[in-house]
Amino acid sequence: MPATTSHSQRELLKTLPGDDIRQILWRFSDRYDLQMLVQSVRAVARGPVARLVAQGGRLSHDWTPEKNALLAEFDNAGITAAYLEPEEGGYLEGPKNLALSLIAFELAWVDAGAATGSLATHLGLAPIHERGTPEQRAHYMSLAAPAPGKETKRAAFALTEPIPYVGVETGILGGRVRIAEWPEGGEPILEVNKRGRFITNMGFANFVTAAVESDDPRIQGTCMVILEETDPGIFDRGTPTRKLVHQLSSTSDPVFQLRVPASRIVGGYEVKDGKIIPTFDHSTVIEAVFRRTRVGVGLMTSAKLLSAIEPLIRYHRDRFRGSGVVVPGSPRYELGLQQKEDVTHRLLDVWAAGEASASLGFTTARLFDQLDPIEKQKDQALAELGIKGGMAAYKALRKRNAEAVEFLDLQGRAEALRNKVRYAALSADPIVQYIVLDAQANVLCPATKLWNTGHGNVMMREAVSLMGGYGITEDCPGFLSFKWMDSQLEATYEGPEAVQRRQLSVTMNSEVFLAQFRNWIHEMRIVASHDPGTGACTLASAMHLWLWTVEHLQQAKDEFGQKLYQSNRQGVTFPMADALCWLLASRSQILDVQHLRHEGGASIQEGFEGSVNFLTDLCHVHAARAAGEVSRICSELVFGYLRHPSWDRAEECESCFKEEELQQIEGIVPGASSFTSDFYREDGTHATKAGPCVRAPGLADFTKLRSKLDGCLSGALLAKDRAAESIQKVMIPAALDYPL
Amino acid sequence: MPYQIIVCGGLAPDPLQTLEPVSSPAGPALKNEMMLPAVFDPWAGHALYEAAHLAKQHPGSSIKVVSLAPKAKLQQVMMTIAQKLPFELVPLDGPGGGFTDAASIAAVLADAIAAIPGLDKSQVLLFGGWESATRGAGTVMQMVGEKLGITEQFLAVDELTIDADGALVIKERVEGGQHQVSRCTAPPAVLAWATGNLSEPANHPQTGMANMRAMMPALQKAKPASLTSALTFADVSLPAVTRQTRIVKDVPAAEIAREIAEWIKQ
Repeated sequence: MPATTSHSQRELLKTLPGDDIRQILWRFSDRYDLQMLVQSVRAVARGPVARLVAQGGRLSHDWTPEKNALLAEFDNAGITAAYLEPEEGGYLEGPKNLALSLIAFELAWVDAGAATGSLATHLGLAPIHERGTPEQRAHYMSLAAPAPGKETKRAAFALTEPIPYVGVETGILGGRVRIAEWPEGGEPILEVNKRGRFITNMGFANFVTAAVESDDPRIQGTCMVILEETDPGIFDRGTPTRKLVHQLSSTSDPVFQLRVPASRIVGGYEVKDGKIIPTFDHSTVIEAVFRRTRVGVGLMTSAKLLSAIEPLIRYHRDRFRGSGVVVPGSPRYELGLQQKEDVTHRLLDVWAAGEASASLGFTTARLFDQLDPIEKQKDQALAELGIKGGMAAYKALRKRNAEAVEFLDLQGRAEALRNKVRYAALSADPIVQYIVLDAQANVLCPATKLWNTGHGNVMMREAVSLMGGYGITEDCPGFLSFKWMDSQLEATYEGPEAVQRRQLSVTMNSEVFLAQFRNWIHEMRIVASHDPGTGACTLASAMHLWLWTVEHLQQAKDEFGQKLYQSNRQGVTFPMADALCWLLASRSQILDVQHLRHEGGASIQEGFEGSVNFLTDLCHVHAARAAGEVSRICSELVFGYLRHPSWDRAEECESCFKEEELQQIEGIVPGASSFTSDFYREDGTHATKAGPCVRAPGLADFTKLRSKLDGCLSGALLAKDRAAESIQKVMIPAALDYPL
Repeated sequence: MPYQIIVCGGLAPDPLQTLEPVSSPAGPALKNEMMLPAVFDPWAGHALYEAAHLAKQHPGSSIKVVSLAPKAKLQQVMMTIAQKLPFELVPLDGPGGGFTDAASIAAVLADAIAAIPGLDKSQVLLFGGWESATRGAGTVMQMVGEKLGITEQFLAVDELTIDADGALVIKERVEGGQHQVSRCTAPPAVLAWATGNLSEPANHPQTGMANMRAMMPALQKAKPASLTSALTFADVSLPAVTRQTRIVKDVPAAEIAREIAEWIKQ
């Protein structure tokens, strides 16, 4: 009865992947603190948040009492305190990047505006958390901690300014700070003037961390400063922004004109020669902040894609039920639109993109959890060497890059071939380890933000289209149309796509990252040798092609002798950044499923094999898609800047035969002319065609790699057929667990 | 006086899931039961929230939850319940569905309760759901009480107050929307709760963290419960009446009531 092209004997997916599978895939099965957090956030998302969306809460730009009520729900669920240390009123020990990512994921499963509201609170605190003085941290973090009988104080982050459009150029600030008073022997009083644009949480924030620039010769450069609503002056929350998306977050254009003590400068200051020197300029602060918070934004779009699966399957299956002419038991009744391969295959593309982007995002979040303590050890090690920070630290780290590359080289070798003593020494060196992890983070973070939101948005459109006309109504189950629109904002805020591509185009070329990348290719080959159906072989070949191309482009020049890989040539660098993102997402997905395959069997009692089979097939499907993208981009860049050959250039005809010569050869060896290249006639003209065939001396390796990659695609569509059969047969809940 | 409140509570499959009876070598089961998310049985949930309220009012009181369920599922469910109130979990690893014998479950629960160290029967209030969301035999609590020698038993309880003399004043549901009010001078007593009248306690993550520190080792050590039963099922099937869901918005309560009344009359 089921119209499927697959007749798999393998166990199929029985139910949609549940928490037990997710916890292993995303590596928090041993963290009950995070498992509890997920459950409590989910209860808020699929309860109060979903009800508010269903009741039309998104239809107003204003910060309404109903929206405000969500803040108390966030407090009770532990969302607000998740960012804080236990001594500040929090409850999670250690780094919190994975925790915050899980919060963003769970909230965005229903509504990304709610997720943004929660992230914005953490974002407002982040400058203080990352760069604040111990006194600032103790004071403001405690204020932000929910506790019985105490009003929770909430933060906002004010960077973006009206200059003149919505958006920010982080290097240029319109906000100003000057010294209003400087009593003899006392603390300077600053006057801060700042107009914000698109500032989240402004409808209710009690204090703001604002980026400003000196307007006074007695203050050096830029800084971030903490403004409180009770400070003397103007704390105008401004008019709500008329945004089309994320309406459950409060966004407005505030105006501040306030007097604050200089102790509010984030990170403190020192006075030198009568001048206030902030410890950190605003760029240093926001770099530390955005680096981490962007991961959560990427995961918001991942959540939307995965949340779309259940409502789509239900819609497709139920499409014809209720009609008198379609009787129970008939294929149309049981499978509905799932009878059509296009429906199941397109849904698989959405699902695979969701899995890959979630894997990439959580991989990055975990990497930051790993990086945070090592960063502190690195700072301590540098301090012991008398190096404080800034350019001196940068130079000191750069000198150690070679050791980081050496470490990676040793890591990539078989244990027997490794210098164990040297490897152990480098493994224990916090500076070397920091350089290695930092090089990864500098790539994975922008990749998560760029690919998850950018490609995620494209796939959300696909999800909406799979719902037919229903997809673009407010009543669409799963709020898919809202999610589609919201994802466009996720691709934009906290650094739009161009910013992420720009960062990637620099960081992906670091010698440390490229050394790491070589090891990752090897890692995929090993996976492929053990589990050939995972797509790891395809991916390794695509990674190899990308690496060859990026190295080639460093040296290559265009027709006019201009270097291809250079900062301003974004037609070259940006597509390579895009290509890399596909590879990284696919790699994370494959590694997650490998982890599940090896670690999940002991704890998952039922349906394990079917789940692993299905997720493996998704990996293969996605790896093939990634390989296709990489192959296309690399080919365009490698060949696209070569001059297309034409008959009007004599050198193009050097290998052409005379027609007469060709006839003679053919007379001696019939059929031999088919092995020759172009020919010209007695009058010098050529056959009627566009021009001579392209010859690419020096690119034979590229052609071989690409040809190999084409072969590596084998099996990918068989995997898709198998996965499609699972989609037809998987058991889904009777109803969505949040309202319409 | 402080109370030692023991709450018997199992799990039920998430009611939003597709629940399809199937035959297994061990008897009837639900299709993909181990893969379906579970919830704390709502009847037992009411008992637990009432216990939390009582314990808060009487300093020194303690709550122990004795739960028979597959321990992997129990762990998942505790991630939510443990954040609601402080309690200690006594986990028993065993089947959690509705296809078990009430008498054998009662025996296992009674043995586990009797083995709790430091149990002072004069302070014991044995709470649980009057029925359950899995099969609703409505007999387990009485049998547990009998096995433990607790004969003061109250069923379908909706309210418990403690009067000035320390006596338990208990409202039980009876026919016709009426309540029967009883006065029990002192523990021990069995209270099998209906819905109670308290809402779910607010989430408190710090409580959850504290609870789970003790629960995780207990869950890992949970021993398989040996259920012995001669019970056989001739047949199991879904209820004959299928749910008919209609999604409406902005309909006044009076209109909804009128429509329900008309439907009942049919």
